[in-house]
Amino acid sequence: MEETSKNVVKLIRCIVCPTGCSIKVIGKDENNVEFEGYHCKRGLEYAEQEFREPKRILTTTMKVDNGTLPLIPVRTDKPLLKEKLKDVLKIIAQKQTKAPIKMGDVLIEDILEMGINIIASRNLEKKSA
Amino acid sequence: MTTIFDVLIIGGGVTGCCIARTLSKYKINIAVLEKDADIASGTTKANSGVVHAGYASSREYIRRNLCIRGNKLYSQAYEELNFPFIRNGSFVVALEDKQIKYLEEERKRGIEDGVSGLELILDKEKIKYMEPNLTEDVVGVLHAPTAGIVSPYELTFALAENAAMNGVSFFRNEKVKRINRHNYVFKVRTSSNEYKAHNIINAAGLYAAKISKMVGLDYFDIMPRKGEYILFDRNALHLNKILFPIPTKVSKGILVCPTIHGNTFVGPNAQNITDKKDISTTEAGLKEILDGGRLLVPNLPARASIRNFAGLRAVPYNSLEDKIGDFIIDNTDVYGFINVAGILSPGLTSCFAIAERVEEFLKLLGLELKVKENYNPIRPKPERFKDFSKEELDKKIKEDPTWGRIICRCETIPEKEILDAIHAPVGARTVDGVKFRCRPGMGRCQGGFCRPRVIEILSRELYIPPEEVTKRGEYTNFLVGATKDRLIENIEREEPE
Amino acid sequence: MKVYQADVVIIGSGAAGLASAIEVKKADLSVLIIERDIELGGITLQCIHNGFGLKEFQEELTGPEYIQRFINQVMELKIPYLLDTMVIEITKDKAVYAVNNEEGLIEIQAKAIILAMGCRERTRGAINIPGFRPSGVYTAGQAQRFVNIEGYLPGNSYVILGSGDIGMIMARRLTWEGCEVKAVVEILPYVSGLLRNQVQCLEDYDIPLITSYTVTKIHGKDRVQGVTISKVDRNFDRIIGSEKFIECDTLLLSVGLIPENELTLNAGAELSKNGGPIVDNNLETIIEGVFACGNVLQVHDLVDLVSAEAQRAGKNAIEYINTRYGKEIDSQGKISCFAGDNVNYVKPDFINKGDLSKDIIFTFRVNSPDRRVQIQIKDEENNVIYKRKKVYVIPSEMVELKINFSKLEREIESESIIIEVIPRPEVLIEEDEVL
Repeated sequence: MEETSKNVVKLIRCIVCPTGCSIKVIGKDENNVEFEGYHCKRGLEYAEQEFREPKRILTTTMKVDNGTLPLIPVRTDKPLLKEKLKDVLKIIAQKQTKAPIKMGDVLIEDILEMGINIIASRNLEKKSA
Repeated sequence: MTTIFDVLIIGGGVTGCCIARTLSKYKINIAVLEKDADIASGTTKANSGVVHAGYASSREYIRRNLCIRGNKLYSQAYEELNFPFIRNGSFVVALEDKQIKYLEEERKRGIEDGVSGLELILDKEKIKYMEPNLTEDVVGVLHAPTAGIVSPYELTFALAENAAMNGVSFFRNEKVKRINRHNYVFKVRTSSNEYKAHNIINAAGLYAAKISKMVGLDYFDIMPRKGEYILFDRNALHLNKILFPIPTKVSKGILVCPTIHGNTFVGPNAQNITDKKDISTTEAGLKEILDGGRLLVPNLPARASIRNFAGLRAVPYNSLEDKIGDFIIDNTDVYGFINVAGILSPGLTSCFAIAERVEEFLKLLGLELKVKENYNPIRPKPERFKDFSKEELDKKIKEDPTWGRIICRCETIPEKEILDAIHAPVGARTVDGVKFRCRPGMGRCQGGFCRPRVIEILSRELYIPPEEVTKRGEYTNFLVGATKDRLIENIEREEPE
Repeated sequence: MKVYQADVVIIGSGAAGLASAIEVKKADLSVLIIERDIELGGITLQCIHNGFGLKEFQEELTGPEYIQRFINQVMELKIPYLLDTMVIEITKDKAVYAVNNEEGLIEIQAKAIILAMGCRERTRGAINIPGFRPSGVYTAGQAQRFVNIEGYLPGNSYVILGSGDIGMIMARRLTWEGCEVKAVVEILPYVSGLLRNQVQCLEDYDIPLITSYTVTKIHGKDRVQGVTISKVDRNFDRIIGSEKFIECDTLLLSVGLIPENELTLNAGAELSKNGGPIVDNNLETIIEGVFACGNVLQVHDLVDLVSAEAQRAGKNAIEYINTRYGKEIDSQGKISCFAGDNVNYVKPDFINKGDLSKDIIFTFRVNSPDRRVQIQIKDEENNVIYKRKKVYVIPSEMVELKINFSKLEREIESESIIIEVIPRPEVLIEEDEVL
């Protein structure tokens, strides 16, 4: 039997439950890996996702024209690829939306053609004259 | 500036402003130059705020006599200028029997020099009744009922406002760079302006020696001596009396003292330093004052501290007299140039007496001092939300809605008081200016709630964008830009031409 | 002077104020909410990150989304509220005085008062950091308010003191707005907030977490120019020689929250060790008809638990009005609740003996983290009247216990009980790689 040398490609800390298992991603290369150190199925699923395609929900603000406040909090309606966060932030920074706005309104549709929308996180009224 | 002022005062601390106000009754043209963004920015705003009854120094020191005289003048000034002040009395505390003799001697000297009401109290029960927080180790106190506490910066604002009401011009952000003299007229050059005057009063605090040297008078130096303080929440400790330990040669010692606004502080220590801009507090210093304060008040609520700060005393070394630590109030050899330097403790107490002396010097210099017909010594008491009854408040808000918008929760300060602080003569132009005039940010949340509102109000009233609102002048901005500015800058930087 | 009358007046329209108001209105009693800010919602409005609502709605929402649901209900139920109105006094006979710029001074006469004023942040002065006093020192919540609501950046490069959730959230927030966060400094030897935030706010952005260090000096005469951090020993004393300087133009402090009980004291209530008012199992203070809930009672970590607590306060206020208001009812006696081993504080401060047949909700925090513990309640004779296992406890997570003593068939004969958290007697503590 051949003994293949294994490296730890990455260490992932599971955030699914408070135990916070340290999950090792082991393999010779990035395409052939095994996971070690998880204690439940959810942890394994999290580690797999986090290793291959880490995603995050982005929450930030967007400038508002004519609202009772100068900014409205917004979020991505689905988790976004971590590597795209910066680009999305830049697009949002350059945009200005108009009041009145209702929570859930789509303010940027299909951002970067990823099938993800930027939606409003609250209602915002128009500034009274 | 083409006006030739009769009197130009360099320095907008309590000394300079008190001189300005005292002289403002006369038909003369007066100006005050202050290097910082606001008056009362130096030693004036960072001291113990004590109006001493007498002063424990040798009778050869003029500061002793000016102190005793100055204390008496506070009563009339208080009636006229309406600044926060109360004569609550002080204890010099003896913790050992052998210290009682010192207290007896001080009492005797004080009575001889005209300090009224001095009494030696050895009855521990009576002492504790008068000041319950005092340590059980007390064996006796020297009680001076004419001692009091004042808000030194609010006093300075009152002085300046009254002076301005009576015609004195104030110029802030004016740092004196050079002084020339030609044909009995002084030309005072600042970074962007020139002022002319027949007489100059040098009340420049820590920089008085520097100013004096500009006219060739190089006979004294000012050495900064740092004093650190810790301020405690008024709910945690309430003191009746000002508590002094037995003083040393170097300083009056570490006091535990009530403030006029109901808080308590401990401090100051005394550390000679060289950097005149070093108003930092230190770990060792804060420990020193807590330890020192605990000798007088064992249960100092260290966990209830609101703030720590430090001030620098302007300690004079007079080489002509080889004397350290006495006021230098001289009608100098440079005709028309009066030094008012080294005004360390009891400078605050002495301010009105010092102004009297300067008045005398100006008379000797031949300046004609005729009283104005329309001189008004009264500076009305600033209206405070907390002083009104419920009925009065209701009426006031209906007359002016800015009384009803509370900006500072901790101290209950409405927008109106902030607007008054900004629009008063020599009014606030900075967040600290607002804070020191009407208190938002002095409470237990230290501006946590009110800071954005105060910045907004200053921005609106001064017609400047919020990013330009400062804490206390140049380089002390709070905000660096609008929320998306950094991201947009990064985008612009990355974008190829 | 304008006088408002209501069955219940609620001070504060954050998560606690809104949830309790809705509860009271649903019982058909009249309610008035008093809010000092220009809109309803409280501090949750500026918490634009997600992680809220998992318990209350089984969804993961942002702060504004969470509170918007309660705001919507307030609107639907047409609950009256006053904005931009500051309560300035609660008298000893429960009269509430407030001011706003339209109506002047107003008096609110109510049968019951619910205190929901939330908390404030611990400041630099309160923790006595020596140094200069330049501009550029903020508390984390203050910075959050500027960035998310007012629309301004407080600085360009930051050091954050305190690795609680709000400190870590702000680290990410500022990074997302293009600023540089140099480090998060934590005085304890471990991170103070959730692991999830450590991963997604710090590790994701390579922001160093420096534990067992604290800020020992602030530099910069006009504007912050940097901070000195020093290592601390087990007693949190500075280790001389361990100083490091970090250049930055802003220091953010995330060093603790203090319940805002100025008005509570004003009204004559008493505070307990944790800074909140002394309450019984009905969340009623020692003043009859005055209830407290949310951060003003005890600092919470999860807004969901605030809403639940506030709903209980609302229900109890309703019960008070319907059964006890205006009547002389004899108390059947009280059982004091004390904090024992490894417990920092316990709420409620006492239980009414007459309520022992009801569900009683205890909330507490531990002093130090521990794993595989046993929570115990003992009476004065040291008898264990309740015990429960827990996998881990940590100071940053409030523990909630719902106990019905009569269902447990437990008589409490003593005048006091004590809650303690001890290591499980039967379990050997193993070395843990991860903490």
